Amino acid sequence: MNILVIIEDSRGSMHRMSKEAIVAAQKIGGNITALVIGDNADAISEELSSIDIERTLVVKHDLVSSYNSDGYAEVVTQVIKSMNPSTIIIGHTYQTRDFMPRVSAKLDIPFIPDIVGLEQDYYIKQVLNSKLNASISSSADMKILSFQSACFSEEDMASGSSGSENIDVNPDSSLVRSSSEEPFQESAPEVDLESAELIVSVGRGIEKEENIPIAFDLASALGAEVSASRPVVDAGWMPSFRQVGSSGSTVSPKLYFSLGISGAIQHVVGMKGSKNILAINKDPDAPIFEIADYAVVGDVLEIVPKLIETLENP
Amino acid sequence: MKIAVLVKQVIGSESALEISEDNAWVKEENASFVMNPPDNYAIEEGLLIREKIGEGEVVLVSQGPIRVQKVIREGLAKGADRGIHIEESGQIETDPLSIAKSIVAAIKDENFDLIFSGLQSDDMGMGQTGILVGELLGMTTATLAIETEIDKEKIRVKRELESGWFQWVTLQTPSSVSIQSGINQPRYPSLRGIMGAKKKEIKVFQSQNAEKKQSLDKVFIPQTSKETEIIDTDLNSAVDRIVEILKSEVKVF
Repeated sequence: MNILVIIEDSRGSMHRMSKEAIVAAQKIGGNITALVIGDNADAISEELSSIDIERTLVVKHDLVSSYNSDGYAEVVTQVIKSMNPSTIIIGHTYQTRDFMPRVSAKLDIPFIPDIVGLEQDYYIKQVLNSKLNASISSSADMKILSFQSACFSEEDMASGSSGSENIDVNPDSSLVRSSSEEPFQESAPEVDLESAELIVSVGRGIEKEENIPIAFDLASALGAEVSASRPVVDAGWMPSFRQVGSSGSTVSPKLYFSLGISGAIQHVVGMKGSKNILAINKDPDAPIFEIADYAVVGDVLEIVPKLIETLENP
Repeated sequence: MKIAVLVKQVIGSESALEISEDNAWVKEENASFVMNPPDNYAIEEGLLIREKIGEGEVVLVSQGPIRVQKVIREGLAKGADRGIHIEESGQIETDPLSIAKSIVAAIKDENFDLIFSGLQSDDMGMGQTGILVGELLGMTTATLAIETEIDKEKIRVKRELESGWFQWVTLQTPSSVSIQSGINQPRYPSLRGIMGAKKKEIKVFQSQNAEKKQSLDKVFIPQTSKETEIIDTDLNSAVDRIVEILKSEVKVF
């Protein structure tokens, strides 16, 4: 079986989730080809040369020197047509979500996204706000699979040695009907959540902005940093640099103390690597409890003030 | 400017979920349905652009059984101009490519300038239908828009990237753009809007039975890989237990 793994360039080096995608390919088993595109392709193929795969294909072309949806959709489609893999594997990143559906439509092949597990011929995917899992199958001869962050661990990557070769593509320049500006960050982050040992994180269960100080009080009693889930940031109660999840930081503290966070996938992918997860939530079926070490069923607004009082007056 | 907004009716996050006897999905008779929450932002963005330009129309497009007309009406009450319902009479389709082909068959002659969709659905979470439709119609595409600017034949989109990064892209229209939650403040329907929505047109098409590329075979309750200690006690015992965990197990102090 021929597997094509599409590698993402993360500001000059291989994206963490591309490494996990290679592990997925190694677990599935077959002849693995990695595809690297763009200006940083040489540095990334160097990273790939010590991994147990068959080979690396390198695409260098003006239209795809950096990421753009039009160019990537076309170039990836051309490479797939020329090598005819049975499975195309990629990390479920924002970039994947941006161009992979177009490859699926161009080739009329299924794109099974955000897979969290494999079970024989089934792909496991979270559905209904992560409350249930679903088994997805496909009898198509060629399919695209994307894997959720941390579905596989890069520590399990088999090392080896492999070479790289350039592959010619001929994208028509009229296909590119969009132009991209340089990526940028909105504001400089004031806290380094990614290296924090202890994090108190706030979700919608905090109910209103006036209750936010409760989280900061608990954090100062513990010596922790404060983070938030997306709805709290969207509501303007916390600045975006405090956001944990797919569009914010990925954290792995010794303790992730979650206050009223339901545990949508977009949040969980950013914190499930935490060593200890203590979650308080009113809803006993909240998905956060599935990954929590300690699941406290109750009202954050009652428990936390009482907890702070106890910690401060032992 | 003609703007289509793809909307989906999904089971609400507060709804009871009971797996059906054949394990194929949940029992819909016990479920409550809502507009897919991200789609509210897509509708609002369409309405804002129409209001800013001062002309054009916003058309809501939804595939599913007859019940989905409820979310189309909800969007019409907020100010959209008309609806297109692609009716599924048999099993509910979950294959995004098959759904996209049905949508394309229903809307291809409309020549929309823009198609907006929510970034993903709360039920299946495939996150690709709007982009599939855009590609099948030969449109430019962008995802996770957190701001838009219209300039004649172009749309400038601020895309959200990962880890707090953003990027502006400029697309030649026609374009299909998926909208990130938080881009705007979705409005509520006014009483006048609700009354007016009853008179607005919903055109009904039958869904196409395109070849299924992927299928959902069963749903099940996730097995937790972790051993979770459940603390569901009175307030004082819960607080005491948390203090003990912090001190002796996680060793915070």
